[in-house]
Order: sequence, then C-alpha cells, then structure tokens
Amino acid sequence: MNNTIRVNCTKKNLKPIRDFVTEYLTALSLSDILMNQIVLAVDEICANLIIHANHEDPEKYLTLKVQTIKDQVRFEIADQGRAFESSNYKEPNIKEYIRMGKKGGVGIALVNRIMDKVEFLSDGSQNICLLYKKIK
Amino acid sequence: MKITQEIKDNTVIMTLNGELDASSSVLLDEELSDPEIMKYSKVLVNCQDLNYISSAGLGVFISHLQRFEDAQIKLIFFNMQDKVRNVFEILGLDLLMTIVSDYEEARTIANE
Repeated sequence: MNNTIRVNCTKKNLKPIRDFVTEYLTALSLSDILMNQIVLAVDEICANLIIHANHEDPEKYLTLKVQTIKDQVRFEIADQGRAFESSNYKEPNIKEYIRMGKKGGVGIALVNRIMDKVEFLSDGSQNICLLYKKIK
Repeated sequence: MKITQEIKDNTVIMTLNGELDASSSVLLDEELSDPEIMKYSKVLVNCQDLNYISSAGLGVFISHLQRFEDAQIKLIFFNMQDKVRNVFEILGLDLLMTIVSDYEEARTIANE
C-alpha cells in the first residue's frame, strides 16, 4: 500500500490529504469517531504547515508518511517552512476566545488532545512533525 | 461545501452540506457575517450532511457566538453526526453552544 503523499502548499490540498489518511486507516477497521479524530489531527497539522509555516506558497511542498508500528499508527509530516515553536505554544482559553470573537488558535489543542504523542523536530532547513496514536 | 438558507417564521434555517476545513470555512464566515442574518432572532443550523469539521470551521462559529448572543439571536445546531459532535466535545464547545438532536427540539428551544 502506498503510504506517502507529497502535495504543494495550498489549502485545496487538505482534502486529498484527508482522503489519503482515510484510505490508509480504513484497512485498520477503526470506529467512525476514532478515524475522524486521527484524520482531523493530521489535517490540523497540515493546515498549520500550509498556512502559517509556508504561507500558502504553491512552490513549497509537504510530505506525509504514515505507518503502523505494532499497535500504533505513526504520521511523519515534513516541510521546509518556518519551524513551529512549541515552546511558545499556550493552551487556548475557549471562553476567552468566544468573548474576543477570535477565529483561530484551537487546532493544536485538538491535535494534543487527540494524539498520544506529538513531536516537532527541526534541523534548521527541514521540519518534521511526528504524531502517534494507539489504535488497539 | 454547500450552504443553503431558508427563512421561516423569523427563523433562519441554515443547512451545511459537505466538509468544513481551512479551505471551505471562508464560505461559512461570509454567510454568518452577512448583516441580513442579524434581522432574525433564531438561527437553526442543520448539520445532518456536515461530514467533517476542523478547527477552522469551529473557529468561525466561535468568532460569531458573542455577536449573536449580544444581539439576542439564538444559534442552535441540530442533526449533528456523532463524529462531528465529538470534535465539539473535545474542546468542550458542546457545553458553550446549543446542540440538540433534531429539528423539533431545535424549534422548541428556539421558541422558549
């Protein structure tokens, strides 16, 4: 089974990314809710990379690789944009966001709550986000 | 993503069809930003055919909630698929928004 997809950094590619992840996960017979959660977590990371790290530059690319290792599924998302600074990350206060009418900022919170482990690595030119989720 | 609106008894019934992600949520934002919608006291959102929502879609609702509340407009979601409702629940949004099971319940709450 093909376990890698490479797309350029446009928001229109989020749908093909979700379809790719859904197709991969379908073989694992997960519940609807778990399947949707995992697809969502990958979508959130890719949306962040496309919009914030690569400013929707169609000349730039990201690569997503998925594999099942023992009882967990592992996603590796690589790009060459601006690295995510996890030390600057603050959990959102949703009530405050509602009061302020704030539109964004809850994506990473979803990812952190859904996945078992989330890592951001960078060597200066290449960034890699690793997502792990136990599925059995 | 397809969004349709129907007006009935001072109520907007908004039907969402498709997937609300970072690409398509702009459409929803435009619909909810339309000053026309503020003329009605109830907005019922039919989520039966909403197959997916990401943080971008949630963010659009989050960003309009206070404005609707200030204008005393009731925003009520109904017929939401379990997997979509689960995404609201992960962030605790189900406790901050009105999500009910079906149209009848939405009508009842809207008319309270």
